[in-house]
Amino acid sequence: MNAVLDSPDLFLKAFGYTVFLFLVSGVISVVLGTLLVAMRVGPVAILSRAATVYITVVRNTPLVIIFLFFQLGAPKVFQTLRFSWVDIHIGPYDFTSFFTAAVVALSLYTSCFVCEALRAGINAVPLGQAEAARAIGLPFSGVMRQVVLPQAFRAAVPPLASTLIALLKNTSVAGVFGVIEAAAQMKSFTNDFASERTGIFIMFALGYVVLVEIVSAVATVLERRWRIA
Amino acid sequence: MRFIRTKAAIAVAGLALTMTACGDAGSDSEGADVEVADDAASSFDDGTRMKELADAGTIKVGVKYDQPGLGFKDAASDIPTGFDVEMAKILVASLGIDPEDTSKVEYVETISDNREPFLEDGTVDIVLASYSITDDRRKVVGQAGPYLVTGQQLLVPEDSDVASTADLAGKEVCSVTGSTSLENVKAEGMKPVGFDTYSECVEKVLDGTVEAMSTDGTILAGYAAQNEGQLKVVGDEFSEENIGVGYSKDRPEMCQWIVDTITKAYDDGDYEAAFEATLGPSGVEVPELPTMDECA
Repeated sequence: MNAVLDSPDLFLKAFGYTVFLFLVSGVISVVLGTLLVAMRVGPVAILSRAATVYITVVRNTPLVIIFLFFQLGAPKVFQTLRFSWVDIHIGPYDFTSFFTAAVVALSLYTSCFVCEALRAGINAVPLGQAEAARAIGLPFSGVMRQVVLPQAFRAAVPPLASTLIALLKNTSVAGVFGVIEAAAQMKSFTNDFASERTGIFIMFALGYVVLVEIVSAVATVLERRWRIA
Repeated sequence: MRFIRTKAAIAVAGLALTMTACGDAGSDSEGADVEVADDAASSFDDGTRMKELADAGTIKVGVKYDQPGLGFKDAASDIPTGFDVEMAKILVASLGIDPEDTSKVEYVETISDNREPFLEDGTVDIVLASYSITDDRRKVVGQAGPYLVTGQQLLVPEDSDVASTADLAGKEVCSVTGSTSLENVKAEGMKPVGFDTYSECVEKVLDGTVEAMSTDGTILAGYAAQNEGQLKVVGDEFSEENIGVGYSKDRPEMCQWIVDTITKAYDDGDYEAAFEATLGPSGVEVPELPTMDECA
């Protein structure tokens, strides 16, 4: 425990990377997931089929395999997929190819789950709503944007929160793919201070618990505010 | 009908057996021959761990599986190869156990993270897994040695201009997550990038994502030999790692046995033979046996 308290900067920086990975991949996967769900429930057969295939393939692939693909497989075939063109430095944080590949892998993976959470929400909206929207002459985009999705998002908040919590913990996979985030930093600590293993575990577990609690608190607030009267 | 099916089953079983036999033939270890001590059990005092192991005739050894030259296991062989493994064989043989017999000796894979827990809970009896001796580790486990002193260097592509760590200041350098090497990379002013295994780092150097990887020179030499013409080892050693043998802290009597056995192996030339057979091909000279720490 002392090892962590002696160098809180390392501890906080590592969780900083975890938070950055979570926020960036979270936003991208919600956007991507919304597009996917629109394709999936939309009237265009080919788009719907494509979205279904994408979800079947990516959702059924272990996250580590997706990471391996973007870290070790793709760079050999396509130069651009090395992401070496990403080189951003903000304060003590470096966002380079490793961070980018991690965000890509996490986003592609999580967007499938976001899509399915949203689809559950859409299925919860009574069919009459969509029919009524059609009846007043709204096009498909209008039906989705103005009638179905706002209601669907409300119904989807609880499963969406679970998906995002899973994403938050999945960021730890990036620790063995070049990003020194919380899980990787924990391994550094346990390597250097083998005698304080248990204390180090507890500190890092607490860190994750706090972050997950924040995410679920936000979800609870949204759920309450958006409750359909 | 049923008879034919039974016959087919027997044929398949027979085929499987011959195939296994073929597999065995290919798995001869390339290390030096180690002589198994006769009636070893009687040479140890009652109540010592060595006596217990010699009487039981079995031992569990923790080694690395992913470090060519030190501890490396490919999919086809039963016993890992490398200098650490050869040292382990010498220790095992001194207990009167045949180190080539996998029914008696279990070579368990230990990664950097689980060496202390494995020793503490008895999953393994001894650890020879490029195990650096540190004061903090000695608080929880016993470490005898060092039997090898290595230092950290850089592995870069063959056509790279990098000559020392100074050329890489502020640049990303790959090593294994949670290893001492990664900490040293940071201390030298380079940016650490952590992967799960050394072989993944080698891939990242080969595909050009990072300019270099860094860890013990002996490990890098193994990879340079594996990828001849593509990778080279450069730079002075910028750290000193004392590689020792891990044992349970509850069994302090093992320390003297380890030190004596390795000293004897050095005097007999077994140490040199083991080194030649494993790290020799990558061009590293056989070192003198380092002065080993006194056993408490």
